Amino acid sequence: MKDIHQIRVQVNGREHELAVESRRTLADMLRHDLGYTGTHLGCEHGICGACTVLVDGSPARACLMFGVQADGCEVRTVEGLADGDKLSDLQQAFSDHHALQCGFCTPGFLMLAEAYLSEDRPEAGVETGHGAAGDGSGGPSEAEIRELVASNLCRCTGYQGIVEAVLATARLRDARRRGSGQQPAGSG
Amino acid sequence: MSRAQAEAREAGVSRQAGLEPSGRWVGAAVPRKEDRRMLLGRGRFTGDMARTGMLHAAFARSPFGAAKVGSVDLSAALAMPGVVGAFTAAELGGPYLLAVLERDEFVPTRMPLLAGDQVRFAGEPVAVVIAEDPYTAEDAVEVVDIEWTPLQAIADLAAAGAAGARQVHEELAGNCMVDLTMFDSERIPGIFAAAPVVVGGVFTSARLAALPLEGRACLAEWDDRDEQLIMHVSTQVPHQVRSGVAQALGIAEHAVRVIAPDVGGGFGLKCVVGREEVVVAAIAIRIRRPVAWTEDRQENLTASFHGHEQRYDVRAAFDGEGRILGLTADIDCDVGAYSAFPFTCAVEPLMAATELPGVYKVPAYQVRSRAIATNKAPTAPYRGVSRPQIVLVMERLMEKAAKALGLDPLTVRRRNLISPGEFPYTGVNGISYDEGSYRESLDLAEQRVTEAGWHAERDRLRAAGLRAGIGYSAFSERTAYGTPTMSQRRMRMTPGYDTAQVRMDPSGEVIVTTGTCGHGQGHETTFAQIVADRLGVHPGQVRLRQGDTDLASYGWGTFGSRSIVIGGGAAGRAAQKVGDQLRQVAAHLLEASPADIELAGGSARVRGDESAAISISELARVVYFQTHTLPEQVRYGLEARESFDPPGTFSNACHAALVAIDTGTGQIRPHRYLVVEDCGVVINPLVVDGQVRGGVTQGVAAALLERVGYDADGQPGSTTLMDYLAPTAAEICPIDIVHLETPSLFSETGAKGMGEGGTIGAPAAVLNAINDALADTPAFFDHIPVLPEELAAALAGAGLPDGELTDGTLTDGALTRDGAA
Repeated sequence: MKDIHQIRVQVNGREHELAVESRRTLADMLRHDLGYTGTHLGCEHGICGACTVLVDGSPARACLMFGVQADGCEVRTVEGLADGDKLSDLQQAFSDHHALQCGFCTPGFLMLAEAYLSEDRPEAGVETGHGAAGDGSGGPSEAEIRELVASNLCRCTGYQGIVEAVLATARLRDARRRGSGQQPAGSG
Repeated sequence: MSRAQAEAREAGVSRQAGLEPSGRWVGAAVPRKEDRRMLLGRGRFTGDMARTGMLHAAFARSPFGAAKVGSVDLSAALAMPGVVGAFTAAELGGPYLLAVLERDEFVPTRMPLLAGDQVRFAGEPVAVVIAEDPYTAEDAVEVVDIEWTPLQAIADLAAAGAAGARQVHEELAGNCMVDLTMFDSERIPGIFAAAPVVVGGVFTSARLAALPLEGRACLAEWDDRDEQLIMHVSTQVPHQVRSGVAQALGIAEHAVRVIAPDVGGGFGLKCVVGREEVVVAAIAIRIRRPVAWTEDRQENLTASFHGHEQRYDVRAAFDGEGRILGLTADIDCDVGAYSAFPFTCAVEPLMAATELPGVYKVPAYQVRSRAIATNKAPTAPYRGVSRPQIVLVMERLMEKAAKALGLDPLTVRRRNLISPGEFPYTGVNGISYDEGSYRESLDLAEQRVTEAGWHAERDRLRAAGLRAGIGYSAFSERTAYGTPTMSQRRMRMTPGYDTAQVRMDPSGEVIVTTGTCGHGQGHETTFAQIVADRLGVHPGQVRLRQGDTDLASYGWGTFGSRSIVIGGGAAGRAAQKVGDQLRQVAAHLLEASPADIELAGGSARVRGDESAAISISELARVVYFQTHTLPEQVRYGLEARESFDPPGTFSNACHAALVAIDTGTGQIRPHRYLVVEDCGVVINPLVVDGQVRGGVTQGVAAALLERVGYDADGQPGSTTLMDYLAPTAAEICPIDIVHLETPSLFSETGAKGMGEGGTIGAPAAVLNAINDALADTPAFFDHIPVLPEELAAALAGAGLPDGELTDGTLTDGALTRDGAA
């Protein structure tokens, strides 16, 4: 007898109500019950990060969560990044910096980086190592982005393009925030 | 090319997309056409597909390295709600795959789709369960009851070669699948007896997992309308999957259509045919419902294909100035339990034997090279195929000779490199090396390392309490092997050629089909660049259709750095023909000679007459819709089909690595990395740089991290990504790239293949850097990976006067000097 639960989940702003077996992973639920196949499964044990999605704004390995645990949550997947067909700044940076080859790990890296870039990041924090770029740009350092990117596995690129793309997007967004007069927390 | 040109070509300089100054798309950093769908989450991978009534397969696998299989009881599985069927080898009629080398030194062995009365490695499939959903299929596998009688596993080369060792296959005497002795046998003893210096050693490389981020996957469904099995497979070689299914199941090739949709990496793992894929095909035909199978990571790490596990016992004789006089090698490749279809288990030993001399002028060479069967997962041609090892061996030999002679290692290399003016060079191995920049790339690498202050940086690292070293590797890489070369291996299925069709449609857009099968290499972009130049259109107007056996002529997929040269060459030739057709039509309409028509910027123009032009889309419209207005010979269609089958062409490179070693933990980190590479004409620098960086990262990981372990019972120790250490961004440093361009005379575009060079050169450079860091100690390493615990132990030993170090009792310098033993 299957243990079925009725849940509600919002994915990329769209409400879904569905019956899901208790043991079904969030990744399988997203991919096969709701059709968000942009989320990929690379290891199903939480190491590779290809299945990274945002659950209530925080990155989560969708292979390590059950679908029922997302009841009442807002989930964001790679399909929710673009504005219609217009690539987001991060997606465009991935293409510009050749940050993908086979593309299988790409959704996980995009969601991981999007969570980082959307955080209330201090622009030039001291203790966190922010502002170590040393080039006057004030953004995060290459080393900091490299550490972030080290959360996930890519077998094709050697990571350099991914690091460059995330770094470029961070600087772009910081510049945009400065331009619009928003002061990120902790800056100064 | 000049140094200034080389600098202008450096990575990152010409990143803006657009035509090259020459007016050509080839050479431009055109953004990849593949990126958009992947970034939007709209890629189409096999596991993304769903079909009405689709069923899911799961496999019951051997828990033993070797065992006799008694009864297989499927009743509990079949009784489970949601289970539709379950099958053993006997119920499928005992089908198998058979890969054959037509040589006496090769012993053919069958790979059954499901094991029968015997299993030969832990993870081997014995039964398949088909269920309504994958969770149920996996549950049902748990209750398949199999009667086992474990046998002593043959877990390594030593066990396989021991006197009286059990034979992994009954027909394999000494567990040897192929045993080749090649080249110079007579002069060698005299050369070694007279040589001033002999160096050598035993060099080993660990078993690796290719580890594409997407594991294997397939979806098979029978189509009654076309009387055809349609298979979506995550593969590098769709036509060979078709051939394998047809041969194993005894059906016509036309009754199988294989489609490789988006494929999440391959690295050689997917250039062989997996038995699970064929099982799923057999079941889909039998029960007439769509059946899907998606490999999980544990299956990928234990039950797919490994590679790279080799042992070299090598000696090299040198004269007093460091010139190599002779080379002998005894090579054993641990190929696991089966010979993979279609290229056989001989790929590694043959590549190693024929290409060991590499970029060096070796006047006399003798080699014995074998494929040895063990009770481990079978092997596939992992990225680089034996060349990471042979480069490692030759580069270590150069270092050892330099040490024995008190010479600079780069000087020793220069005295042996095939040098300008000596191309084409035919080696003692019978291989003809086309023009390359072997000497130039080494010189430039050394210059860049010096100018960039690596030596000072090494000193700073040492002053900070670390050990640090700089290492080089110089190598070439034969790419794009066509049948003239592949046929020398005598495979029953000899790969090499490929065929492309180019067709312009009535709107002036272009469709290209090819038998190559890109899976991350950017072929949709680079093939479009080649074709666009020849038709005078924008690459955005050219669409590549690949990976579909019903769309493309028989082809050999994507492996062995073959695609841009062979597939791209065929596409270029076909495009040239369509260009000729366009010129004829334009000449008729513009009342000019076809020879005076040039195709560029979307138009056909009469050379030297600005006013006489017609758009290419207008030409296409006329050809298809106003056919009657044209002369008969240019009337019907704008399309051509061409093949290309080159002998092969050598890319080359020199790598340099600066590594830092924590003396407490033994942790080794790449600190700086430089690649000076020459792949001939660069089609797209973004793609080339990406291939180099990804390849180097895999090669560095092979030197420092990756290892598939088995215990003496044949139990795999690397079953998750906790045990198999793939590199993250934290384990690799930025990689600087400098391009040289020596165009190939053997390719249509002047390009040479370059998919594997990064992986080939990196282990040797890193290993030499490690040994440089240990140069003031008696410790040295001749194997990969070098693990932190080994390094820490070596350093601890190095502090003692008589520390027993690293690779046995060998010394790192000369084995003999002045002929003395």
